[in-house]
Amino acid sequence: MHKGNRVTFYILIVPVLLWLVLLIILPHIDLFISSFQVQNDAGDSVFSLDNYKAFFDDKIYWLTFLNTLAYAIGVTFLTFLVAFPVAFFLTKVVSRKYASFLTLLLLIPLWVGELVTIYGWMIILGDHGIINEFLKYIGVIDKPIHLLYTDLSMIIGLLYMSVLFMIVPIMSTLESLDDSLIEAASDLGASKWAIFTKIVIPYSMPGITSGSIIVFMLVIGDYVAPDILGGKSSLWFTEQIYNDFLSTFNWNEGAAFGFLLLIISSVIVWVALKLSGQKLERVGQ
Amino acid sequence: MIRSLPNSPLYKISYRIYIAIFFLFLVMPLITIAVLAFNDSNFVALPWRGFTLDWFFANTDSRVGLFADDDLLQSIWTSVQTAFYMSILSTVIGTIAALLFEEEKFRFKGLLYFFAIAPLVIPGVILGISILISSTFVGSYLENRFGINADFFSPGFWLVVLGQFSFGATYVLLIVGARLKKFDRTLEEAALSLKATRLQSIWYITIPFLKPAIINAFVVSFLISFSNFNTTIFLVGSDPTLPVDLYSRIKFSSTPVLNAVSFVIVLFITLVAIINLFVNRKK
Repeated sequence: MHKGNRVTFYILIVPVLLWLVLLIILPHIDLFISSFQVQNDAGDSVFSLDNYKAFFDDKIYWLTFLNTLAYAIGVTFLTFLVAFPVAFFLTKVVSRKYASFLTLLLLIPLWVGELVTIYGWMIILGDHGIINEFLKYIGVIDKPIHLLYTDLSMIIGLLYMSVLFMIVPIMSTLESLDDSLIEAASDLGASKWAIFTKIVIPYSMPGITSGSIIVFMLVIGDYVAPDILGGKSSLWFTEQIYNDFLSTFNWNEGAAFGFLLLIISSVIVWVALKLSGQKLERVGQ
Repeated sequence: MIRSLPNSPLYKISYRIYIAIFFLFLVMPLITIAVLAFNDSNFVALPWRGFTLDWFFANTDSRVGLFADDDLLQSIWTSVQTAFYMSILSTVIGTIAALLFEEEKFRFKGLLYFFAIAPLVIPGVILGISILISSTFVGSYLENRFGINADFFSPGFWLVVLGQFSFGATYVLLIVGARLKKFDRTLEEAALSLKATRLQSIWYITIPFLKPAIINAFVVSFLISFSNFNTTIFLVGSDPTLPVDLYSRIKFSSTPVLNAVSFVIVLFITLVAIINLFVNRKK
């Protein structure tokens, strides 16, 4: 290799190594180590399995964990159902002029930020919220229906903040689907249902996989929607981690819970990638 | 079904109604916030009690508007500063990473690339707590071993910047990397054969080609930083960023000033989006 090339190579790789080693790799190793430690009476950190024992001994922890997992899978599927017709509409149905405008509209809630939009939902769903006041106004109800602080409101919030991450990857695969395939199927007498299940959905599978992985990870790691919109009975695993770090200051236990969350979500992503034969690199595109 | 095929009117109408409901779902929280920011009431929700600008300008005992609320203005300013430094750091390192992964060959490249895009699927809370744990570890080590007062490593402004940068660079890498894939390598080869050094060819040929993607990546990083909560909450010190401040107000002391500040954010983002639309249309 040319000498100048070597210098350039080092100029490029050193900052990248600093980023990845100091901020990604080492912190996760520290998280791992910390999860196997407890503070003894002298205040020193000693090796222990207590943090993980606490997880399996205390019913509330692993129940919350399973609950979060089940909801995350359910919300991911729901997001797909909601997102797919929208993605198809924006790429194949509506004229291109409106498509760019509507796609932009999709992005606004994302950039506005989760906290603001979830707060908006809190106002909409509250006892004096838009929905209850509207229903009262048209005379359907006279007492407010309890919508906020329920599993329903939490699901709405999670769906809202993640739906875009399903639409965009599906749109990017559908864009390359040749319309003439659909036309040909239609000319040969295929029903709409057959066209969707035999052509459109199989073709957009890479986008659906990417979208599902990102949505699943967003939902399982989310805190704002379950905490602000969810009720007392809505158990969310990230809330346990937040409590350990921000209120009870049991960092070691929080580290163990964080590590469990990381492991289980990595396993699920890995399985999803294997089943669909996709690479992680593609997820980002 | 698609543009070129005829459809039954029922299918067409029901599809359009679905799309209309979806977009209503999408804009409803934004519109609700925008309208209620002008509600002359001391509570964040309905009923509507008339129009007022109090939640922007008032400064009385019962009502403190956005522009009189020093804490809120301070947290906005903290967020702007955080986003600024985080975006510069992410854009520079992310672009370098894109050049490295697209143009260089080396051992363990695949493994390194895996770590570089992992933040895309690592939950923000995990990044937050692991960076908190390791920086606290380094900080207390320095203090106990060398007696160095290591404020830099305790939760605060710079830790938030670093924590957000840890995944911000990933987004820059993806955005700039995508554009770099379309780059015509012969241009660099031409520069090299004309005795330009490798660095000169990157600086004078590759970087100008990447400029639109780099600007785009900077804007995206800025917006990501400005709205981040999940990672930031663990690393924040005594000066909260706007999302952290909003969170504690929503939980403990919500007044319609929250609607006012949310409205300003929505307005700002919408303006940026419209400008972006026009700029892209011109091209």
